[in-house]
Amino acid sequence: MSTSSSIPDAYVYDAIRTPRGRGKASGSLHEVKPISLVVGLIDEIRRRFPELDPATIDDVVLGVVSPIGDQGGDIAKTAAIAAELPETVAGVQLNRFCASGLEAVNQAALRVRSGMEELILAGGVEAMSRVPMGSDGGAWAMDPDTSYNTGFVPQGIGADLIATLEGWSREDVDTFAVESQTRAAKAWANGYFARSVVPVKDRNGLTVLDRDEHIRANATLDTMGSLQPSFAMMGEQGGFDAVALQRYHWVEKIDHVHHAGNSSGIVDGASLCLIGTEAAGRAANIAPRARIVATAVSGADPTIMLTGPAPASRKALAKAGLTVDDIDLFEINEAFASVAMRFMKDMGIPHEKTNVNGGSIAMGHPLGATGAMLIGTLLDELERRELRRGLATLCVGGGMGIAAIIERV
Amino acid sequence: MSESEQKAVRWEKGSDGIVTVTLDDPGRGANTMNDRYKAAMGECVDALVKDADQITGVIITSAKKTFFAGGDLGSLIKATPADAPTVLASVTEVKAQLRRLETLGKPVVAAMNGTALGGGLEIGLACHHRIGLDGKGVVYGLPEVTLGLLPGGGGVTRITRLLGIANGFMNVLAQGQRHKPAKALEVGILDELASTPEEMLDKAKAWIAANPEAAQPWDRPGYRIPGGAPANPKLASILPAFPANLRKQLKGAPMPAPRNILAAAVEGAQVDFDNASRIEGRYFTELVCGQVAKNMTKAFFFDLQAINNGKSRPDGHERWQPRKVAVLGAGMMGAGIAYVCALAGWEVVLKDVSLEAAEKGKGYSEALVAKAVKRGSTPVEKGQALLERITPTADYDDLAGCDAIIEAVFESVALKQEVFREAMKVVEPDALLCSNTSTLPITELAAGLPGRPGDFVGLHFFSPVDKMPLVEIIRGERTSDAALAKAFDLTLAIKKTPIVVNDSRGFFTSRVIGTFLNEGVAMLAEGIDPQTIEQASSQAGYPAPVLQLMDELTLTLPQKIRKETRAAVEAAGEKWVEHPSEAVIDRMVDEFGRTGKSGGAGFYDYADGRRTTLWPELRSSFNATNHDVDLHELSERMLVVESLETWRCVDEGVLTSVPDANIGSIFGIGFPPWTGGVLQYIDGYAGGKAGFVARADELATKYGERFAVPESLRAASSAADAEAGAA
Repeated sequence: MSTSSSIPDAYVYDAIRTPRGRGKASGSLHEVKPISLVVGLIDEIRRRFPELDPATIDDVVLGVVSPIGDQGGDIAKTAAIAAELPETVAGVQLNRFCASGLEAVNQAALRVRSGMEELILAGGVEAMSRVPMGSDGGAWAMDPDTSYNTGFVPQGIGADLIATLEGWSREDVDTFAVESQTRAAKAWANGYFARSVVPVKDRNGLTVLDRDEHIRANATLDTMGSLQPSFAMMGEQGGFDAVALQRYHWVEKIDHVHHAGNSSGIVDGASLCLIGTEAAGRAANIAPRARIVATAVSGADPTIMLTGPAPASRKALAKAGLTVDDIDLFEINEAFASVAMRFMKDMGIPHEKTNVNGGSIAMGHPLGATGAMLIGTLLDELERRELRRGLATLCVGGGMGIAAIIERV
Repeated sequence: MSESEQKAVRWEKGSDGIVTVTLDDPGRGANTMNDRYKAAMGECVDALVKDADQITGVIITSAKKTFFAGGDLGSLIKATPADAPTVLASVTEVKAQLRRLETLGKPVVAAMNGTALGGGLEIGLACHHRIGLDGKGVVYGLPEVTLGLLPGGGGVTRITRLLGIANGFMNVLAQGQRHKPAKALEVGILDELASTPEEMLDKAKAWIAANPEAAQPWDRPGYRIPGGAPANPKLASILPAFPANLRKQLKGAPMPAPRNILAAAVEGAQVDFDNASRIEGRYFTELVCGQVAKNMTKAFFFDLQAINNGKSRPDGHERWQPRKVAVLGAGMMGAGIAYVCALAGWEVVLKDVSLEAAEKGKGYSEALVAKAVKRGSTPVEKGQALLERITPTADYDDLAGCDAIIEAVFESVALKQEVFREAMKVVEPDALLCSNTSTLPITELAAGLPGRPGDFVGLHFFSPVDKMPLVEIIRGERTSDAALAKAFDLTLAIKKTPIVVNDSRGFFTSRVIGTFLNEGVAMLAEGIDPQTIEQASSQAGYPAPVLQLMDELTLTLPQKIRKETRAAVEAAGEKWVEHPSEAVIDRMVDEFGRTGKSGGAGFYDYADGRRTTLWPELRSSFNATNHDVDLHELSERMLVVESLETWRCVDEGVLTSVPDANIGSIFGIGFPPWTGGVLQYIDGYAGGKAGFVARADELATKYGERFAVPESLRAASSAADAEAGAA
């Protein structure tokens, strides 16, 4: 039986991302192929760490939620080839819905901790302007037998149901959303993302995008107030409200409070973390920035779908032998305002320690990439504030939740 | 090719090379997909395939009044899960025959000389061209869903390929609409209409001549499903809403057929025809072997048939129809009764205390006629004639010549007797005397009248009369068989379904629905969240949630009836057992002044007569916020309590017919259709009667005496158990 000291630690050597482009044809990254976003980040890792022998990289693990078309066909291996990594470097694409990016990081950490592998590039990519959300189908929504029997409803209905159950008004969720915008704008103004954000350049070396372009720094409760609810019609005409209420039988009706302004933005982007053993870092002459202390996935009711972060986080804390109070900063993906608010409530944590530099309501949520982006955001801020531990978590389709705890070293 | 005789399918080749296949089950009045059909159709198709080179085309028609009635329900209803292999094999054989027919390589025309429902239309769908007969009463459709089944003879597969997933599901499969010929043509299940059988054959021959190389659209190269396959982005974007809307429509009630139909349609659209057909067969088999199809087939086919065939009508009395009907009281019930009587073609005298009131009552018919004319379902002249048959009056003398009275005045014994006394002076001396009442004892009403108690019968109509399909006929102690037969005939003539019960307080329907309402209200007394209670009743399959229904019926009427009943019980020296709902209703009415919808406030709030939300103070007033409950148990409490009360009605002789109980409960008081009715629910419960008894015993332990199992039911369940053990 091995002792804990014989298990190698998994370290984060770096965590970078592209800026996030608006996820439509008018967005700056629409002209850029998802493969190019990934290759740009692999190039950046090699540029930053010239002593890193690429042949020591075991695998490239990328989360993609709609792995078809431009981002289909195991884009991770294609990117490894395109980035001219040695042919021994493998690549795998995975999908745990919105958690895919963090799932890639967590799997990399677990593989390193298993002692079987040394160095892994883990992250994700999603060009939502090119491959629309949901375009990969799937039995849950598309197979009537499955959908009927399991009470499938789209996530937005679940987000609105959370707000209804908690009694959060439109103003409550809008207030959270405005704060996300304010914080993100301030973080950008102060250069807090400078280390992690790698501008996207074209084949001539010219910059295509160097800032998150989804942010609305001047958002106010008033400007939010004019936005129409996004899920009211779908809930009524699509029958989904009725399905949700059959399960949440004490609720008379769902208050549709979410809209484009207090939900995560649809954007294009990619992320990449370098995860490895202590020895691998030493060989490449790179100092580790953080240790991955614990990871967890869990689940909650699939119909409301978005309450998984708390059970996943509690599970990760328990594995690490930590409590909520041991965590200095939290990053919860702002899929919808109510998701983040519910997480803070479930965990008993203040907004002051949560998403301190804003979140995906302001900056956008490039589905497969976001999870690994949270690791970079968290790590940069822990360093800036000289704090020790952080927890990143996301709600996930199917009711799942995912979490990772990192600790600066 | 030779002519076959004494078989359910015979065929004959004409000099023009066209083979006429005639469906004609020798043992039955209508063709069904029984073993005789399968054997004969198999032979027929074999012969057609063998001689395909020698024939010009095929016409399929029927020697019966209808084209073909459908599946062999008598055998389907017996299938258990253990029979799944046989059921699948049998339906696979039917499919294979039809598939061989449609791939014959020669034009095959269905000359559907009469109604074709279910299996009948499925035969038609396997033909290359369908001609319908534009005759009175002829309908075309796939109503399997209404019996808890799906069209397993290729119906789902072919309708989906013919009309597309969305149109096929909505216009044909999901609700099992029975389309009149013109509508069937519009929907696309017929290709043309003929006004006579001769014209139909001419058109069939003409089509064969014009289309020598006929093939089904789905067997031609380049075929695409109309509206696209599920992967088509346009369809894919709305497809997730289909199952969700189905759950919304069914309110979460356990009805698997519509789901299986949707699933078979969508899954089948993703694969080739033969695999689609197999998928359809497996979903069909699951339904056939399941309990809900048995329940619904028993109720909506066998029980309904028994009722319409006069199972509860006394024998030996000639069919009767009134010529002129006196309707006493032109309120909501009287106005509706006047309409349905005029619709049946009878003269109606609508009498109220003032001419204004009587005319207002006739106004109800005027509004209905105007609507029907506007919709195009009634010609103007016909609507006008209907209205002219209704004479509003305040004068008893105008009732002269009436051979039936239907009294529908306020629920008061004295008032009812008074109007009868006056009317009986004027109407025909042998007029049938009917009182529309939901609770008043018929025997007592009759006893207070001058003579003729034998002609007196209760006719309990349901509101709104023009829409509700049931009439509960109440036989008083002295009601004669002749009067009962007349009342039965009258009810059938106004196109309502009659059930016959013996006189007793609340009869059958009012008494049993009362237990449902009380159970729902008792849950509120237990502190259960009112919305949870509503969902429990909806998910049980009731058409209206229980508190909402209580508001519609008023809280005051049951309170009044309960007080009267209590007085009667105590007067008889018996002890009144208080129901936990009583305190809630008394507080609602006496403390909060919330009497129901008509009072503008009940369990719900109302604005301009429209329901808005649950009364916001309902939860706090009754400390009813608990939703951490077993919802299924709440649903079962409502169903079980109604079934137990029904069994007591049987014990007491109020009910004498199982079909009357089942159909009466579904048509009259909204007992969930998937159960097959209030007695079938007991038999269909998991584990049969014994399973039901065991569950009721559990509920009695938890909730009290109202769930006590009658000894006769316990005995019947033991007997059923012993029988099952022996078998």
